[in-house]
Amino acid sequence: MTDTLTPVLTDNWGDDRAWTLAAYAARGGYRALDKAFAMAPDAVIEEVKESGLRGRGGAGFPTGMKWGFIPQDNPKPKYLVVNADESEPGTCKDIPLMMASPHTLVEGVIISSYAIRANKAFIYIRGEVLHVVRRVQRAVAEAYAAGHLGTDIHGSGFDLDVVVHAGAGAYICGEETALLEGLEGRRGQPRLRPPFPAVAGLYASPTVINNVESIASVPSIIEHGHGWFGSMGTEKSKGFGIFSLSGHVQRPGQYEAPLGITLRTLIDLAGGVREGHELKFWTPGGSSTPLLTAEHLDVPLDFEGVGAAGSMLGTRALQIFDDTTCVVRATLRWTEFYKHESCGKCTPCREGTWWLVQTLSALEKGQGSEADLDLLLDQCDNILGRSFCALADGAVSPIQSSIQYFRDEYLAHLSNGGCPFDPAAATLFAPEGATA
Amino acid sequence: MTTTPEKTDLVSVTIDGIQVSVPKDTLVIRAAEQVGVQVPRFCDHPLLAPVGACRQCLVDVPDAGNGRGFPKPQASCTLPVAEGMVVNTQATSEVADKAQQGIMEFLLINHPLDCPVCDKGGECPLQNQAMSNGRGESRFHGLKRTYPKPINISAQVLLDRERCVLCARCTRFSEQIAGDPFIALIERGALQQVGIYEREPFDSYFSGNTIQICPVGALTSADYRFRSRPFDLVSTPSVAEHDACGAAIRVDHRRGKVMRRLAGNDPEVNEEWITDKDRFAFHYATEADRLAYPQVRDEDGSLRPASWPEAFAVAARGLQAAGASAVLTGGRVTAEDAYAYSKFARVALGTNDIDFRARPHSAEEAAFLASEVVLRSTVTYADLESASTVLLAGLEPEDEAATIFLRLRKASSPGRPGGGTRVVSIAPYASRGLAKMHGHLVRTAPGAEAAALDAMVEHAEHGIDKRSVILVGERLATVPGALTAAAGLSARTGARLAWVPRRAGDRGAVETGCLPNLLPGGRPVTDPAARVDAATAWGVDRLPEAPGRDADAIVAALASGELRGLVVSGVDPDDTSDPAATRAAIEAASFVVALELRETEVTRAADVVFPVAPVVDKAGMFVTWEGRPRTFEAVFSSPTSLPDLRILAGIAEELDTPLGFRTVAEARAQMEDMGPWDGERAGLDGSPRSSAATRPATGDFALATWKLLVDNGSMQDGDKAYRATGRAPVARLSRAAYDAHGPTVTLTGDRGSVTLPAEVADLDDDVVWVPANSFGNGVLADLASPGSRVTVTKGADQ
Repeated sequence: MTDTLTPVLTDNWGDDRAWTLAAYAARGGYRALDKAFAMAPDAVIEEVKESGLRGRGGAGFPTGMKWGFIPQDNPKPKYLVVNADESEPGTCKDIPLMMASPHTLVEGVIISSYAIRANKAFIYIRGEVLHVVRRVQRAVAEAYAAGHLGTDIHGSGFDLDVVVHAGAGAYICGEETALLEGLEGRRGQPRLRPPFPAVAGLYASPTVINNVESIASVPSIIEHGHGWFGSMGTEKSKGFGIFSLSGHVQRPGQYEAPLGITLRTLIDLAGGVREGHELKFWTPGGSSTPLLTAEHLDVPLDFEGVGAAGSMLGTRALQIFDDTTCVVRATLRWTEFYKHESCGKCTPCREGTWWLVQTLSALEKGQGSEADLDLLLDQCDNILGRSFCALADGAVSPIQSSIQYFRDEYLAHLSNGGCPFDPAAATLFAPEGATA
Repeated sequence: MTTTPEKTDLVSVTIDGIQVSVPKDTLVIRAAEQVGVQVPRFCDHPLLAPVGACRQCLVDVPDAGNGRGFPKPQASCTLPVAEGMVVNTQATSEVADKAQQGIMEFLLINHPLDCPVCDKGGECPLQNQAMSNGRGESRFHGLKRTYPKPINISAQVLLDRERCVLCARCTRFSEQIAGDPFIALIERGALQQVGIYEREPFDSYFSGNTIQICPVGALTSADYRFRSRPFDLVSTPSVAEHDACGAAIRVDHRRGKVMRRLAGNDPEVNEEWITDKDRFAFHYATEADRLAYPQVRDEDGSLRPASWPEAFAVAARGLQAAGASAVLTGGRVTAEDAYAYSKFARVALGTNDIDFRARPHSAEEAAFLASEVVLRSTVTYADLESASTVLLAGLEPEDEAATIFLRLRKASSPGRPGGGTRVVSIAPYASRGLAKMHGHLVRTAPGAEAAALDAMVEHAEHGIDKRSVILVGERLATVPGALTAAAGLSARTGARLAWVPRRAGDRGAVETGCLPNLLPGGRPVTDPAARVDAATAWGVDRLPEAPGRDADAIVAALASGELRGLVVSGVDPDDTSDPAATRAAIEAASFVVALELRETEVTRAADVVFPVAPVVDKAGMFVTWEGRPRTFEAVFSSPTSLPDLRILAGIAEELDTPLGFRTVAEARAQMEDMGPWDGERAGLDGSPRSSAATRPATGDFALATWKLLVDNGSMQDGDKAYRATGRAPVARLSRAAYDAHGPTVTLTGDRGSVTLPAEVADLDDDVVWVPANSFGNGVLADLASPGSRVTVTKGADQ
């Protein structure tokens, strides 16, 4: 069974000053590095491939396979870029990880760069979290001072420089090619593919872009072996992952567990839904994944299980909404977010989100008719799969799924002449006696 | 010919059930055109890199060629064909049709419904495709995005942001084609917009192209905005008259008035781009000082209106009475008009004293033109793209031949297969234009070009070989030995050589013999057989035997009284080697016949003035620097003026030496009958290298200068917004000279002094550069004689 927590990445978070090199080293940190240096780079790639590690940034692409795409006969430099632009609504795993244990990431960066033969790595952190930027900068400086970074690391002959880059505040820069544009100093807008970053990424050179959690998982895989990693999780979704619970649960936070755990187990671990209320709907992987309901409590939270339920595992950002929450209101808020964050490059996303907000806000106010729901769905249909990148696909997810599960609630807004809910009741500071 | 695409690597695809073979890497959107299906599009442009931004061109791809289809509609403007690919466009696929209608609806929600007052209405891709690929009724009843309107992104180009569909054609053109990335998309989401940096306006010689390729009415010109509706315009194809590049243009006119000019589409010449000069500088023909009737000098000394027959007769009598006469034509004439001048000089005036070069020139240049240029067309635009190296000498393409500039920028772009063409320039400094051509500078002080060309063959690094092209500008005429050196370099290396003049009529004038040493068709004056050949063709007994005087010598001979009559056309004294001498010569001449478009100091001094037709009022032909004939038809027929050749025919008939033509068609037919000379051509060996002995040696600085594309030239009169886009005149100095004299400097030469703001460039410490015609009456009138030196002093604070 996969019902117990498996703290690996989060294991040291409770340590005293866990973010320091001393604390990390005291637990055996940077040991995996020597083990990796004793292996050939291709063997490191093979080990990660064998482990079955899949990208933890949402899409779940096999990490080892991505590394294998780097053309090693290309004379240009190779780059590793860590995507630490964690911006997905509800997602809060990379930022806590970098705050609590930045050295786990740095060690992962070194091993991963060694594997793909990159001598320069970039950690692109969203600019809003300045405290995290500072903490990672500090960790990188410590690693340089200790000889974990720089030239001839640990006598291996391998050189690596790490640059910590602060983004300028755009959700789109979590999209890997927009991130590269931003890193190169341009406006964050996604690039046309092909060429793919593995062939022509940063500065038109072969580039691997991985999520923080993916890279941070690498040291443990090298240290304990792919068999250990593969023993956790499910057949096609191996290993562990951080599940971020937020919203209407008693103890929100990060729960590290094998993939395939269920929300029912996680909510139990989190002390249950808010006292006196029922689970109404939830997002499995942030707001860009279609939302699910109480009927999905026992869906195994792995890539296949959530996919079969009509959603996506995404970043395991489990936002829990209880019965005080108006789904129309929640959906409108998300849609406003996507409108604000649309980069503007392509028509369906730029104009579509502009229109969706107008249609949804009218519905929330009880204006319009049932036909507007069909119009809304048709707008979504004209956006989904028509845009340049996946941002717009994410934008329509909450709308389509909320109408699928809560069409009656939308209609209630129309018949009620406005929202039938008390917005104060859904707040976490809801006054006693506030009712749905 | 030159640009036939090679039919190798064909890929077979099925589009809407029709199988078609297209070259590998063809984009689906263009493969669809091959089967007659136009997929709607906005951001796509065949000459710009694909971007996939507007998503209007979505198509269904049930089989990508590997047996598997794409689950979602694909943008056909970014998808290359693959063998066996199956594509269904809106013509056969409901999915594609709905996807396109959905995108169109999105584009329209934030687009104003101001088509009735929009300049683009009637020729608008958004309007047209909304009709063909959109839904009839809008479902959007919300709030549209609005902006204050319009904003100036340059003096000429205006932007109405709410109309913009953000296809990024304009920004991509400016970055990729022109190399002037001064406009860019800014902000994000639905508030994304085209913008400029506040202290950097859209400074580009090619800015008008963005207006033309804008698929909506977001970009307009100050010149044309709100002037006309497309459906009221009549379009006539023509050829740009401002340089020797022969760019195809389209003249749009209404009720006898040109409303605007657009770039024509000629893949072999200008592709789809023209300069702002070719686009906006057409008002000169309708300025208030345009001559509308012939004039003759009355007994009281004033010019009075005359009928055409009277003017012909007075001109003929006057020339006859004057005796020895000469012809100065300027470089703006069509080939037919040039032919008429050439024949008129020989047959009616009995002289070889004719020269089209209303600019500094030399005997060496005349010899070079006869030996290396006339009848030769060895280099084309396409050759510039395939050349390994293009060596420029005395030529700044961005200013002086901008179509060449765009080709060289394209040819030299780093992404081209094989590394592209290398551009090497023998010039005083690395100009902005050279940087945009990714060029390499061989820094050369004015006057040292001949030595630099001679040295080029020794420089293995420059790699001049038979795959190279050497382009020499007309400015090399002022450097003794330079043209000879260029010919020598070509001979030694096998590199092909082409001469690039500045004016549209220059090459045609060479071909038709508006030179003291050449008859039409490259017949050398000194070759008796050639003279006999020409005389036979013209049905005259004999032609003058002695080579004639060049323009400078004509000026001198008029001053000294050796010549007494002058037929002058399109010459601005300030363009000539010695403006004061030219003025004095016109004054000294006993009889002057002026053929002009507008009233000038020359017409005011003339004894008979004929109004000539501007190119818009006559048919004709320009010959490009390549030697490519570019014919065009008259746009209007205006009774107030006549083509030069008709006027010359009228005078010649009064002189009893009829030219045998009265119309452009007749002149062209006679020219073609006469044909090119098939005998021996004049050689360059032993030709005089002009000497620099007469040049004043005073002054510390060598003076480098050329004319900017947008400057004070009289054919650019009449559009203030256009002229405001010109670059402000500055003096360029080396860092050391700037530190010693800047930031404002006064230059003093043998003809005057000028004070200009200074800028640093990578010039030699003893060289200063100024634009030739951007201040006062220009460098030759106000500052210094050709090739002379100047002193530079700290300028007084202004």
